Amino acid sequence: MQPFTVRIQHEGFDCGAEIARLSGNPACGAVVSFSGLVRDYGDRQNIAALELEHYPGMTEKSLYAIIEQARQRWQLQAATIIHRVGRLALGEAIVLVVTASSHRKDAFAAAEFLMDFLKTEAPFWKKEIQQDGSVHWVEAKASDQHAAGRWQ
Amino acid sequence: MKLDMLYFARLKDSFGMATEQLETEAASVDELLTELRQRGGHWSSELAAGKAFRVARNQELVRLDATLSDGDEIAIFPPVTGG
Repeated sequence: MQPFTVRIQHEGFDCGAEIARLSGNPACGAVVSFSGLVRDYGDRQNIAALELEHYPGMTEKSLYAIIEQARQRWQLQAATIIHRVGRLALGEAIVLVVTASSHRKDAFAAAEFLMDFLKTEAPFWKKEIQQDGSVHWVEAKASDQHAAGRWQ
Repeated sequence: MKLDMLYFARLKDSFGMATEQLETEAASVDELLTELRQRGGHWSSELAAGKAFRVARNQELVRLDATLSDGDEIAIFPPVTGG
């Protein structure tokens, strides 16, 4: 099994299967997962779907670099990041982060770190599609910058 | 020299293109931006000083003083909003 993986894909993913994949290592007592879903409000209300764009090549490089930073800070046996692109309807999963470690504190902290840096460094962009069909690009949030900044 | 330019998200929409090959003598990202702003319209407004955008050279984020070489892939895009 490849312990550190990054996947960018249009299709959905099976959270349970991804968690199970990182749960087979007898040295790992802790597996933490985070999944991010399409919500019905964002910059605007009544969101029907999101359209996700990314920068192929740089996206994968930046996510592997973020995993590398996490490995230097915490004892991490395995990690998976899956991020979807294309059109995602309300309630669908956008992103999954799974971390596996000997200890829960490392697994929790690394998962949060990976999400915070994914949101501020990985080249993805969201477009909101409202129920009435109007479309606009989501603005970057100062709160996300702040969340990533606290790890420094 | 030639640069492979890439534009993403809102900037791609504003500029009306996702990619172009640019013949330029710009020695740095800063000089390149000055040249692009001279196209006027959305180019000057989206890339105005103080506007939030990022520049990547060969898929690594760089600062405005980064130098350019023939064949570089230069991407310009808004602050990221994934996750």
